[in-house]
Amino acid sequence: MRIVTACAAAALVLCAAVPGSAQEKTLKIGVLNDQSGLYADMGGLGSVAAARLAVEDSGLLEKGWKIEVVGADHQNKPDVASNIARRWFDVDGVDVITDVTNSAVALALSQLAREKNKVELASGAATSELTGKACSPNTIHWTHDTWALANGTGKAIVETGGDTWFFMTADYAFGHALERDTEAVVLKSGGKVLGKVLTPLNTADFSSFLLQAQGSGAKIVGLANSGVDTSNSIKQAAEFGIVDGGQKLAGLLVYITDVHAAGLPIAQGLILESAFYWDLNEGSRAFSERFAKAMNGRKPSMVQAGVYSSIIHYLKAVEALGGDSKDGAAVVAKMKSMPTEDIAMGKGEIRVDGRKIHDMYLFEVKKPSESKGPWDYYTLRSTIPAAEAFRPLDQGGCPLVVN
Amino acid sequence: MIPFLDIPMQALFGQLLLGLINGSFYALLSLGLAVIFGLLNIINFTHGAQYMLGAFVAWMLLNYLGIGYWWALLLAPLIVGASGVVIERLLISRLYKLDHIYGLLLTFGIALIMQGLLRNQYGASGMPYAIPPELAGGQRLSFMFLPNYRAWVIVASVIVCLGTWLLIERTRLGAYLRAATENPGLTQAFGINVPLLVTLTYGFGVGLAALAGVLAAPIYSVNPNMGADIIIVVFAVVVIGGMGSILGAIASGFALGLVEGLTKVFYPEASTTVIFVIMAIVLLVKPAGLFGRTA
Repeated sequence: MRIVTACAAAALVLCAAVPGSAQEKTLKIGVLNDQSGLYADMGGLGSVAAARLAVEDSGLLEKGWKIEVVGADHQNKPDVASNIARRWFDVDGVDVITDVTNSAVALALSQLAREKNKVELASGAATSELTGKACSPNTIHWTHDTWALANGTGKAIVETGGDTWFFMTADYAFGHALERDTEAVVLKSGGKVLGKVLTPLNTADFSSFLLQAQGSGAKIVGLANSGVDTSNSIKQAAEFGIVDGGQKLAGLLVYITDVHAAGLPIAQGLILESAFYWDLNEGSRAFSERFAKAMNGRKPSMVQAGVYSSIIHYLKAVEALGGDSKDGAAVVAKMKSMPTEDIAMGKGEIRVDGRKIHDMYLFEVKKPSESKGPWDYYTLRSTIPAAEAFRPLDQGGCPLVVN
Repeated sequence: MIPFLDIPMQALFGQLLLGLINGSFYALLSLGLAVIFGLLNIINFTHGAQYMLGAFVAWMLLNYLGIGYWWALLLAPLIVGASGVVIERLLISRLYKLDHIYGLLLTFGIALIMQGLLRNQYGASGMPYAIPPELAGGQRLSFMFLPNYRAWVIVASVIVCLGTWLLIERTRLGAYLRAATENPGLTQAFGINVPLLVTLTYGFGVGLAALAGVLAAPIYSVNPNMGADIIIVVFAVVVIGGMGSILGAIASGFALGLVEGLTKVFYPEASTTVIFVIMAIVLLVKPAGLFGRTA
């Protein structure tokens, strides 16, 4: 009997010892974004798929790492997002949260990630505050921001004669930041702002605001909104004869999914800035083809490409640290010290304030006659080199930048 | 023109007209809800999804079968209405004896399923649906540019609302309907097939929602969330008008569209909340709603 017990005990000890001895490296990636509302198509489940592709492409699974990707819908509510993120960080052992579409959410989670010493890789959020006054050693802002958009699209439009503006602004952190940054560019370039109106997030009918824009007599109606809000305002602007009446629309943040939703007959001629277009080069096409297979034939938006790119780089950094993902600030510091490179977004680097920099592109939406089919929407107008595309390091007011 | 509180009268007229257009949708939708609640005593939370379904059916008819807007205006309400009849027979009819809350949960659940399925298939950004060529373009009025299509929406909505009101208040069928609402047992005793009346009424209410959906398709994007966004407002409209009151639903639909339109001029940030503020006030002052009979 005693022998039996001893054997059993030994077996138990051995059993328990086996997993420990294998030195398994495990990581958990959380994709937190709008999966059902107005931003669901440019981020949503597509971002989850993009993160999964990045994990596959990292080559770490072959090395025996266990990497899990989880996703959740924050419904564009910062409180819902914070609850999910807390549970992920505290209970589920999530190491990094990515996408975080919606600037209000991204700002809230940036705080939380810092408090818990985890990592936030913002791709779908746009406010330039994330790398400005609200910058954090645990946050990297990956794809685009309001300063870049304002200085890309805004400047290009003022330079071609659009010197009087009326803003239609989504009434929350993102819209306010985009309007502020664009207004600064317009004023600096000698233009004037004739009026603005704050529109509630997720408005179905913009006609009343468009009428105010029409009444203002401004040459340019600046759409400081995004997602379905943008495609709805573009559609309704066409209906109300804004463009026929001689005014021009400036979509300050237009995703390819918005163009897809509005349709080329209405969106044609729109000038927009993007960090990514699926048909840009060999790498972007290869990535997009795989993405489309996973996503019912849809092409990735720049947000989804950014999620892929950010996770590729994150995994490189964690690998360089020997698999230690516990100290979020250390992982981010490592990420900043390495140049970025991947098939979707090419080469780039991450600055000390957490801003990831890369070339940005100005596109023009094709005429229906020029398009070969669904998703063939953009013609490249010009490339803005990485060094000029983003806010200079010393102008953001980020405390991490030592002057 | 004379400015009013810094807003030129011109702009004000434009905004009032736009409010009326939005009011048309509120009126059409709340009318269907009121009809259904009046007879079935069911709070039909699927109404928004059925409105969305109307728009989707129109889109599908065009893109898969090449059937245009005008036929869709007829076919989509029939198709969606028929699906409503199926839902009523199979599911809702089992709940009449239970508390309101069960009907509410069931219809809400059905709405979520419909939205989820379509979102999975078509995404959340929506699909374009072009304005029919006959109604493209617009009129340059002295105070605003009025797209022909929006003018059509007002006309169509007023005709449908008046027609429904006449049908219920002035015809024999309507009299049966009202009798069945008042006292189903007695009405049945007179040889009227009340369950059939109930089923058809539900189908009719749902058809109205689908009709509003087809009217909305060219204006808003055809989007799985379009119903969820509007239904909450429409419920507020119904509560303000008085649950089950046909006239109340129509009148408050148009009136609240106007109020919302005005808010968009004076304080746009509040335009999505103003209806709920009014609802709260109405509930405090007149709990049965403006046109409602006391419960």
